[in-house]
Amino acid sequence: MSSFRINIKELALKPPLLLPGHRLCAGCAAPVIVKLALAASDKPTIVAIATGCLEVATTIYPYTSWRVPWIHNAFENAAATASGIEAALKVLRRKGRIKYDKVNVIAFAGDGGTYDIGIQALSGALERGHDFLYILYDNEAYMNTGIQRSGGTPKGAWTTTSPSGRVIPGKREHKKPIADIAVAHKIPYVATVSPAYWLDLMRKVHKGLEVEGPAFIHALCPCPRGWRFPENMTMKIARLAVDTCIFPLWECEEGKWKLTDRSLQIARRPELKKPVEEYFKVQGRFRHLFEPKNRHIIDEIQEYVDAVWEDLLKRCGFA
Amino acid sequence: MTKGSIKQTTMALSGNEAVAWAIKQCDVDVVAAYPITPQTIIVEKFAEFVANGEVDTEFIAVESEHSALSACVGAAAAGARAFTATASQGLALMWEIVYIASSLRLPIVMAIVNRALSAPINIHCDHSDSMGCRDAGWIQMYVEDAQEVYDTIIQAFRIAEHPEVQLPVMVMLDGFFLSHTLQNVNILPDNIVKEFVGVRKPVEIEVPYAGKVPLMLNPEKPITFGPLDLYDYYFEHKMQQEEAIERSREVIKQVNEEYAKLSGRKYGDGFIDTYAVEDADVAIIVLGSAAGTVKYVAKELRKEGMNVGVIRLRTFRPFPYKELVEALKGVKVVGVMDRSMSFGGYGGPVFLELRAVFYDAPERPVIVDYVYGLGGRDAPPSMIRKIYDELLEIKKTGKVEKILKFMGVRE
Repeated sequence: MSSFRINIKELALKPPLLLPGHRLCAGCAAPVIVKLALAASDKPTIVAIATGCLEVATTIYPYTSWRVPWIHNAFENAAATASGIEAALKVLRRKGRIKYDKVNVIAFAGDGGTYDIGIQALSGALERGHDFLYILYDNEAYMNTGIQRSGGTPKGAWTTTSPSGRVIPGKREHKKPIADIAVAHKIPYVATVSPAYWLDLMRKVHKGLEVEGPAFIHALCPCPRGWRFPENMTMKIARLAVDTCIFPLWECEEGKWKLTDRSLQIARRPELKKPVEEYFKVQGRFRHLFEPKNRHIIDEIQEYVDAVWEDLLKRCGFA
Repeated sequence: MTKGSIKQTTMALSGNEAVAWAIKQCDVDVVAAYPITPQTIIVEKFAEFVANGEVDTEFIAVESEHSALSACVGAAAAGARAFTATASQGLALMWEIVYIASSLRLPIVMAIVNRALSAPINIHCDHSDSMGCRDAGWIQMYVEDAQEVYDTIIQAFRIAEHPEVQLPVMVMLDGFFLSHTLQNVNILPDNIVKEFVGVRKPVEIEVPYAGKVPLMLNPEKPITFGPLDLYDYYFEHKMQQEEAIERSREVIKQVNEEYAKLSGRKYGDGFIDTYAVEDADVAIIVLGSAAGTVKYVAKELRKEGMNVGVIRLRTFRPFPYKELVEALKGVKVVGVMDRSMSFGGYGGPVFLELRAVFYDAPERPVIVDYVYGLGGRDAPPSMIRKIYDELLEIKKTGKVEKILKFMGVRE
């Protein structure tokens, strides 16, 4: 069990490490995820980041929103950059050239930088066992270039490169199970988080930073522009993703699977589980699924989500 | 071997092993590398040093060359002395990060074991790989033998980390010709090298509202590396890189001199290494291991009474234009030997650069280009002799048959 405790008042009093003035869109969940994650880090922290919305919108020269040492290298190599930082810290500490006993190294990357172009560097860094935390902020498409499908885009979603046309109704493939792929690397800690369940998010980040070796956290990051919803709906949608079991909250620590927070409640009281339709109907990217000829896709996705959830329940001891 | 008061040890080393020995003695903090022929032995040898506890280095056996240089960027930004080595396809895969390393002003040292680029796949030597990133903002130095590779790697850390420079350095050694050939290499004592290179100290920069801040990822004084930088500042940052590589000219010379005092070994002025060029009528300009053969042939021709000379271009970036104009004063015909192509260009990279330099020179020699040795094709003395014969013929007749010729290739 993580010893991490914080109440909302204490959180509000913590000086933010991502400062206001950045140019992320209104309603973007990324800065919420970053602020919560950095607030959960109780040691000096260095951030490495992949190219993406978060990078371009928070560091337009000569300004920066970051109050932690921060580096952006390229799109696909946040994990490799973090590997180098971690190795450097280790050897510099050994040689007495830095004074810190422990510096937390966090890599942030979007879905493009993780599922697609960055998966090689990520897999390599996880296999090599570097002591760092990789946080995927998953807004489920290439939002920085303007809503193109990625390996993280869910089935049925409209994007500019998986448009809902007369013949093809949006993206035809399911999301790549990226967190399962991380688990398959047998690293000490993997978890999923939603910014709507903020305390769960902070606890998991804290745990991910505490374990020795690599940790991977998959954060769902609703995007008003790309998902087509009003910017005041971000947290509602982040909550609905969990409540429908489209994005269950779990952690896998040293191979032991556990449901957490709302997902644990749903496991105990299945009547709390909402139909996927409720998540889809509030987002314009799924609007075409409600046309009569496409309704079957919603049913298919519901079946898929149910099956994945059942499987997860089994892994977490709810047979 | 003793030079001055310093006792050196003579070892039979391949070029690759000489690289591994140099980085071992330079107390490198982080080495991240991926194996590729003909560079592999560098990685293997260094992994051995690590496994035997002979170095205090974090060795990251990365999953690709892209990650090798990416990890070096992270490590160097965190304040470490970082090294990597690659060749050919590996360098091509790194290409994106090659620019980032220099633009973030990180003093990484990288050995390039020159190898031809695919396709078709070929593991042997030419300079296409490193010439492909000649505009990437790295200092580029080509060596002639295993001794020079050892010496140049040591010098490279000093040059890269110099406060006035802060740029990465590539040291090129010819694949197989140097990488896999045993030569006697004189090794300086560990403590002497350690003292010569010192401990890497990140430079301090002036940051608005924060004052003087070390240029590194430091929790005490956080800075942002690699922000979005658009049309309002990007150009100025590129100018700073240009100014830095210009400043490196002086540093390369100084380090060459200083190292000579220590080791007794000196490579021309650090930029060009000349042989019998002072009174030469014709001269060849060449890079890398082929220089040895060219010098051998020049010596023979001198014996036969022909006024021929050699310039070995050691430092290609920054390009020693003043030095070349000065050295070639009085030379009537210059033959450039390019071990790489610029497809569709007017000639190979060294030729193009040299021609451009002489456009403004008071005396312009005839300059012709010989592209040779692609994919490891041999450059025997007979070929060099043929080039000299042609240059002498041009000198005599004043007629140039072809400006660009391909040597040692089937018609």
